[in-house]
Amino acid sequence: MSLLHLVIILPLLFSILMIFFKRVQRVHTGWFVLPLPILLFIYFLSLLPVTSSRETVTEAINWIPSLGINFTAKADGLGLLFALLITGIGALVVFYSIYYLDKAKEKLPSFYVYLLLFMGAMLGVVLSDNLIVMYAFWELTSFSSFLLIGYWYDREASRYGAQKSMLITVFGGLAMLGGIILLYIMTGTFSITEIVGNSDQLYQHSLFIPSMLCILLGAFTKSAQFPFYIWLPDAMEAPTPVSAYLHSATMVKAGIYLVARFTPVFGESGFWFWLVGGVGLITLTWGSVFAVKQTDLKGILAFSTVSQLGLIMSLLGVGSAALHYEALDDNIFLVATSAAIFHLINHATFKGSLFMAVGMIDHETGTRDIRKLGGLMPFMPITFTVSIIGAFSMAGLPPFNGFLSKEMFFTGMVRVTEMDIFNLGTWGILFPVIAWIASVFTFLYSMILIFKTFTGNYQPEKLDKKPHEAPLGMLIPPVILVSLVIIFGFFPNLLSDSLISPAMAAVLPSLIGTGEEFMVHISFWHGINIELFMTLGVVVLGIILYRTLPKWKGVYKKIPERFSLFRFYDRLLESSQSGSYRLTSSYMTGSIHSYLVYIFAFFIFILAATLIGQDAFKLDTVNVSSIGIYEWVLALFVVAGSISILFVKSRMTAIILLGAVGYTVSLFYVLFRAPDLALTQLVIETISVALFLVCFYHLPKLRQYETRIRFKLTNALISVGVGAIVTVIALSAHSNKLFDSISQFYVENTYEKAAGQNMVNVILVDFRGFDTLFEITVLAIASLGIYGMIKLRGNGRKEG
Amino acid sequence: MEILMAFVIGILFMSATYLMLSKSLLRIIVGTGLLSHGAHLLILTMGGLKRGSAPLLGEHADNYTDPLPQALILTAIVISFGVTAFFLVLAYRAYQELGTDNVEEMKGTEPND
Amino acid sequence: MKKTNNIILETSLKALLFFIVLYSVYIFTAGHYYPGGGFIGGLMTAGAIVLLLITYDIKTVQRILPVNYRIITAIGLLLAIGTSASSLLFHVPFLTHRFTHVELPVLGEISLHTATLFDLGVYFVVVGVTMTIIQTIGEDE
Repeated sequence: MSLLHLVIILPLLFSILMIFFKRVQRVHTGWFVLPLPILLFIYFLSLLPVTSSRETVTEAINWIPSLGINFTAKADGLGLLFALLITGIGALVVFYSIYYLDKAKEKLPSFYVYLLLFMGAMLGVVLSDNLIVMYAFWELTSFSSFLLIGYWYDREASRYGAQKSMLITVFGGLAMLGGIILLYIMTGTFSITEIVGNSDQLYQHSLFIPSMLCILLGAFTKSAQFPFYIWLPDAMEAPTPVSAYLHSATMVKAGIYLVARFTPVFGESGFWFWLVGGVGLITLTWGSVFAVKQTDLKGILAFSTVSQLGLIMSLLGVGSAALHYEALDDNIFLVATSAAIFHLINHATFKGSLFMAVGMIDHETGTRDIRKLGGLMPFMPITFTVSIIGAFSMAGLPPFNGFLSKEMFFTGMVRVTEMDIFNLGTWGILFPVIAWIASVFTFLYSMILIFKTFTGNYQPEKLDKKPHEAPLGMLIPPVILVSLVIIFGFFPNLLSDSLISPAMAAVLPSLIGTGEEFMVHISFWHGINIELFMTLGVVVLGIILYRTLPKWKGVYKKIPERFSLFRFYDRLLESSQSGSYRLTSSYMTGSIHSYLVYIFAFFIFILAATLIGQDAFKLDTVNVSSIGIYEWVLALFVVAGSISILFVKSRMTAIILLGAVGYTVSLFYVLFRAPDLALTQLVIETISVALFLVCFYHLPKLRQYETRIRFKLTNALISVGVGAIVTVIALSAHSNKLFDSISQFYVENTYEKAAGQNMVNVILVDFRGFDTLFEITVLAIASLGIYGMIKLRGNGRKEG
Repeated sequence: MEILMAFVIGILFMSATYLMLSKSLLRIIVGTGLLSHGAHLLILTMGGLKRGSAPLLGEHADNYTDPLPQALILTAIVISFGVTAFFLVLAYRAYQELGTDNVEEMKGTEPND
Repeated sequence: MKKTNNIILETSLKALLFFIVLYSVYIFTAGHYYPGGGFIGGLMTAGAIVLLLITYDIKTVQRILPVNYRIITAIGLLLAIGTSASSLLFHVPFLTHRFTHVELPVLGEISLHTATLFDLGVYFVVVGVTMTIIQTIGEDE
């Protein structure tokens, strides 16, 4: 176990310690947790020089080597970038949560257990090189996200949101597992490094497209892309620190990570370009348009997250076109990929700070409804500053980092029109147009977020509490984040060599030869170009739309509720529930008779199908032993006895007939040279008769319930079928001898190895002693069961 | 002999199935008893019948009957006794508590619906 | 079960019972060489006790043989598992049996098996289980 493995496991191990912190009531549990993400963040920072020199840290532990599943931890540029986000934002969120969650009211240990579980799982996703291990961590993130959304589980909406996110992300996760297995079939390995190494052979494979679709389903559900985004707004029921952490900065970016990670594998395909780029653009527009409609601050942020994730996704899709260029020079699509990675970092900073700001507003005023809020600027000046910086960055205004990545985004989209592959000559113009429209709406909702909350009329009568500035502890994390927003805005090249370039090397490895690296240089001023005019247009149109908002907002009401995806999900869930209930209750009748009918019918069907399908029926009339007169008589006895049981009316006769059949069978054993069996059967039969006799007093009379002739006929038909199929099986089993019997071993070794002469007994106590051991255990359990049923009965309590 | 036994076993299975498909508890139990007889004979027949002397080395025979099916059946006989006893008690306790031995009337309804 | 007054059964049982039990013990010990063993021996012993139950009533039998058969079952299981597990002490797999041949003054050469101990466990379990079943049902009023 290397340090890298330990780092992944550490949060999971740490979560166990939470049990002990339960006892410590005086200190907020968060203080115990806080050092962990900080330490991990410092550790990952120390790895930065390694990845920026294009090295990777790889450590392997054999887990299930026979299946190719090894816990290979690998830190490259991309993985490390995510690891830094996870631990960095994680530390800030833990710090924030200490002030946000009340230590007296909340179940803090469980909260931090879930949070640590998530942190470890997320680190596992981004640092695992083995796909199966990554998948396991991936599902763990869905699981911990479920727990965190449902943290206030006494609220209906929390449970609903938790279930929804679980269903959608786990559905995607399973699809992804399918994709991973398809990749394994194609390449014979689960290692991402090896798959990327062999990616050029995959392109022709017939499973290429299916595996790509499956992997993308995983990524799109996790990253809340259209039409799977519907879980994210409902996930806002989680405590705000969780929303800031999972549902904006980290977990939802796991899908982005996946797409970036698999770009070297699938990226050359035009299908990938259109799917990732197209879905990203649709999500971007859809999210931004519907964010304007929201009245809950967290709702706005949720839709804005959806939209921003779509933006990053579309950049990754467009960036994959860079793979069609041989070298780095003149590769006009590199900017899209670098913009995606840059925006990923920026989004984490400004969205994290905005979520925290909204959390503070909620915390201090008791509401997040913009219809109730307004005029808070004098009361919460620091929160206002934080919010306005975050929102302006989100809107893409200078001098913040969001402006830079938004400009790069425009550049990437405009360059799509210059491309002549994948039919882009005709449709390419759509990319910048849609991007521009979406940006207008992004600007619009950013303005709504700020000005509806902090300016306008102060409405104290609608608020539960008198608003005031949040405590210092709650202010520190968002202030740190917005300072990053400003720092990255003025000095973007701090990131370019240390983070963006190494991450790009992982996304587009085939483009760089040895010794080369991506030269990422982000400049503040590009000169007067088309991107600048696009931004200006966004601002102008955005302001006009904001001014006229009350006039046209009614448009949203015109969209029928019935057609929304949210409704569709609810209906799907409802109908699948009622459908499966109907299906189950149609055959689970509760009647033993029906169940036995299913079992016997299936028995006949499967055996007959196998016999016919394998052409297994054979009749060997030569190699049979002779039939003596006794055997005829005994056979006649058994047949007569068993058939006449069917018609008897009295239980006494039935019991005696069953005994008679049993005794005859024991005589069969005598004739078939099985003395042990004969003895056992004889004694058992005697004891069984005694058993029936002692039960006789309690047993019901033998009544005829079967009156309907159709019922009887069905039963008779099934019974004859079972009898016939067993006869055929017995005949074929006798006539087909596929293998030598293993019994010769027992004949030869009974005296040699066990010093016995009775082979049957030696098999029982020695060669196959396990069978006997378990058998007597079962017997003991049966006798205890009987004892329990008779002796330990409830007093007069009747159920059922 | 094997062919004759195949038919005997078939008839045992047939009667057992018919009894188990009936609605009366006692018949179902008698059916399982018959079914175990059928299964035991089936295992024995599949191993081949009368192919030598009893599997006792003291016999000093050239050929012995296959001992393995016999060992399997021996455990099965004892188990089926245990299971039959369990069924019997289950049946009569159910009869006492519910006042019926008609399995159709014993159908439970799920309390959560 | 009610006491039955069957004088013939009672008289003959007094003589027979001893032989049945003796025979069942014989059949148990002979199991390694001749037909028999723990299952048959145990069932036969149980059969003898069932015969007692049928002849007399449960209370009388309980007075003659004041045994808790569930304990017998437990002893048998422990014996079987213990014998099997003891092989682990000698670093051989679970359920490995050992045997040795011993010369005894009167009986001549006999062999001693750990398998016999295992079989004794089976014997106890079979007696215990059968009797628990019959007795519990018999006691149910």
